[in-house]
Amino acid sequence: MSLDTFTIQLLNGLVTSMLLFVMAVGLALIFGLMDVINLTHGAFYLLGGYIGLTLVRALGNFWLALLVAPLVVGALGLVIEYFFLRRLYGRGRHLEQVLFTFGFALIVIDLTRWYWGAFVESVPEPVELSGQVQLLFIQFPIYRLAIIFSGLALALVLWLFIERTRLGAIIRAGVSDAQMVSGLGINIQQVFAFVFALGTALAGLAGVIGAPVFHLYPGLDSEILILALVVVVIGGLGTLKGAFLGSLLIGLADTFGKALIPEFSRFLIFAVMAAILLVRPAGLFGLSEG
Amino acid sequence: MSSTAILQVEHLSKHFGGLAALNDVSVQVERGARQAIIGPNGAGKSTLFNLIAGELVPTKGQVYLQGRDVTALPVHTRANFGLGRTFQRNNLFFGLSAFENVRLAVQHRRRLNRELFRAADKNDLLTRESHGLLQRVGLGERADQIVRTLAYGEQRALEIALALATEPQMLLLDEPTAGMSPAETTQMVRLIESLPRALTLLVVEHDMDVVFSLADRITVLHYGQIIADGKPNAVRANPLVQEIYLGVQT
Amino acid sequence: MATITAQLNNAQLWLLRNRKWTVVALLLLALIFPLLVRFRILNAYSLSLAIDVLIYAIFAMSLDLLLGYTGLISFGHAAFFGLGAYILAYLSTRLTSNLLLTVPLVLLGTALAALVIGFFAVRTRGIYFLMVTLAFGQMLFSIAISWSSVTGGSDGLTGVPNPSLGLGPLNLAIDTRENFYFFTLAIFLISFWLLRRIVNSPFGWTLRGIRENDARLRALGVNTFRFKLAAFVVGGAFAGLAGLLQAHSASIASPENLYWTTSGQVMIMLLVGGAGTLTGPLLGAATVRLLQNFASTRTERWETLMGLVFIAFVLFLRGGLISLLRPRTTAETSRAQEII
Repeated sequence: MSLDTFTIQLLNGLVTSMLLFVMAVGLALIFGLMDVINLTHGAFYLLGGYIGLTLVRALGNFWLALLVAPLVVGALGLVIEYFFLRRLYGRGRHLEQVLFTFGFALIVIDLTRWYWGAFVESVPEPVELSGQVQLLFIQFPIYRLAIIFSGLALALVLWLFIERTRLGAIIRAGVSDAQMVSGLGINIQQVFAFVFALGTALAGLAGVIGAPVFHLYPGLDSEILILALVVVVIGGLGTLKGAFLGSLLIGLADTFGKALIPEFSRFLIFAVMAAILLVRPAGLFGLSEG
Repeated sequence: MSSTAILQVEHLSKHFGGLAALNDVSVQVERGARQAIIGPNGAGKSTLFNLIAGELVPTKGQVYLQGRDVTALPVHTRANFGLGRTFQRNNLFFGLSAFENVRLAVQHRRRLNRELFRAADKNDLLTRESHGLLQRVGLGERADQIVRTLAYGEQRALEIALALATEPQMLLLDEPTAGMSPAETTQMVRLIESLPRALTLLVVEHDMDVVFSLADRITVLHYGQIIADGKPNAVRANPLVQEIYLGVQT
Repeated sequence: MATITAQLNNAQLWLLRNRKWTVVALLLLALIFPLLVRFRILNAYSLSLAIDVLIYAIFAMSLDLLLGYTGLISFGHAAFFGLGAYILAYLSTRLTSNLLLTVPLVLLGTALAALVIGFFAVRTRGIYFLMVTLAFGQMLFSIAISWSSVTGGSDGLTGVPNPSLGLGPLNLAIDTRENFYFFTLAIFLISFWLLRRIVNSPFGWTLRGIRENDARLRALGVNTFRFKLAAFVVGGAFAGLAGLLQAHSASIASPENLYWTTSGQVMIMLLVGGAGTLTGPLLGAATVRLLQNFASTRTERWETLMGLVFIAFVLFLRGGLISLLRPRTTAETSRAQEII
């Protein structure tokens, strides 16, 4: 591999990483705070992308789609949390929660296939960010570079939000002990609803951002869901840091794997996961149970 | 190393983050002894118990069981070296019946766990032994009741039955009378007194009456360190103990 | 409403009292089922449907050993179902479709895969275990998709021949749908019998102990890791057996057999039928497959419909259908529950 291709693969890896981060951070937050694995997360990604597609086609404006699609998906998340998922909280109900989100994923996927069809669709990248840019000795698409930067920016914003705001502090406390937080007279239900909506909105956002690069098709939902799950497994219990480093690891492993051993690229990711589990069964930043 | 010691704890320390829960503690328990560990809340008693049982890994120090260094060994291996225990909070198989709880322990000791094809119900030895143990702790009538529905005191007694079922040589009793009424406490003390003398007991207990009626040796922990260790009367007379512990109690 | 409940309770008691006769009647029905098809009382497709139900019942029972008995929520069980199908398809298209050879090899292969995956997965707990098994399951799926020279890629391995049961000169070809039905029924009954022995054995009780309180069992001296791994291997092997039947039945091993929605579907079967019993999986498999068949012949949006049904079950019927057939759980009847 020459230095040129290595650099390009590295940048492509970062693109995948950052997109995965936007996707996985919602999953990780929901998991960390509410102890729920949301298997609809991949469907929300796809739905976000499709809604973005329709908006771009109707309005011809990528930026508006980028704003509206996550809001729609987030609102749907709020509805699901408020009317259904809320009834399933509690210890020992993991199975029911998981199967509920699984059932919902089936519905969302089936309906998207119905409305948008089963062909590969793509959202054109915004005109402002089309074309290539010269980076030292290589050419790289501007839009992909923008994904890397927006992922980093989002990580920073989320970090500031979690670490520096009152709501962030509540969420942090809730991740370590939700009961204690509700004991402090804080309405943890509302916090749950907010985080669930935020998480799903982020999945929708990732869908719009990723659509120009990774396209949209039925089945993409589970591909991206599994990658995000692996990120959460590697990163450990609901931490921002874990989701970020996990995304970097998996995004790069996936990209370089595809370039070097195309037949077994996915295998590489799971090998990384298995190796980490062997050393740290609760993930890189998870609390190992005594 | 003394050959009569069944348990030897040497220079044991446990830090949680920057907090030292236990600091350079050495304890020796003789075979057949009935020894109590007392101390105010947060003195490190539970930490010490969990280090002995293997639930926690010490920051420093060693644990020897029957002369064998078990510091690096997992919980189940230590149990198989003859270490049984009960828990401060009832820790049972709540969805199974009392009988099925005890049978789980008996079938493990009888090495029947790997029996794949013969029904557990049809093994008379298992059934007889499990019923015998239930009777011994006064739960003969409750055999078929789901543990979740047993009274609190009955669950405490089942804790003992489970621990006895593995036929340990040493038994760690973690506050056996915690949360019990005076009547239940009396029953529990009688049950513990009735255990064979060959069985070594190490008890953590808050109730001083229970401690002084059961123990022939007392170790006092305070802020993660041992401040007294000896015969009950000597410990009772120890001015330091009276000041910081017994004084608080009365 | 009160009378309905009373009638339901009566029915439950009747079933409980006449358990033996219920089982005999069901067995008889299963045996004469092909006759109903032959005499055109039922259409030919119902035979395939019955085969399908039996295969998924074995698959669901194998998951129940993990999920219902041991408390290990595996979301990657299709890995072993699919692997069984692929091993069979590979063997039968290139070597032999003699069951005396393929069955042991499929059992060995899936058990081995379960041993390796379980070795990593079983050290994690609770919902973490769920994610890890899901991820490993998808790993096999992506291997099946990308390693096309061996697996046929996204088309799968096609052209799986009918099975045969051969010993020397005596070679019994299982070449009609009817024969295959009886063969599948036999495998189902053997699996049911074996799994029943297993869950009622001391080993099976140890698994229940793990489900109830893993840490307490360790304090008693049980190396629970080994038992969980053993359950994972046994469950994986039975799932592989179901996969073998599936590949023969459909004449193909397809990536869909390995896909995570297949894992989800079999979990739903347990939820619908009732986990922690052996009749629950059969009930669940029958309900879900019949419902799916019914819905897919009537509406294009049957997956949406199925999703809605699943959600309704999750929200409103926690114990599964089996809980309707039984008196409410009390200390007295809980023993009976294990036996049915």
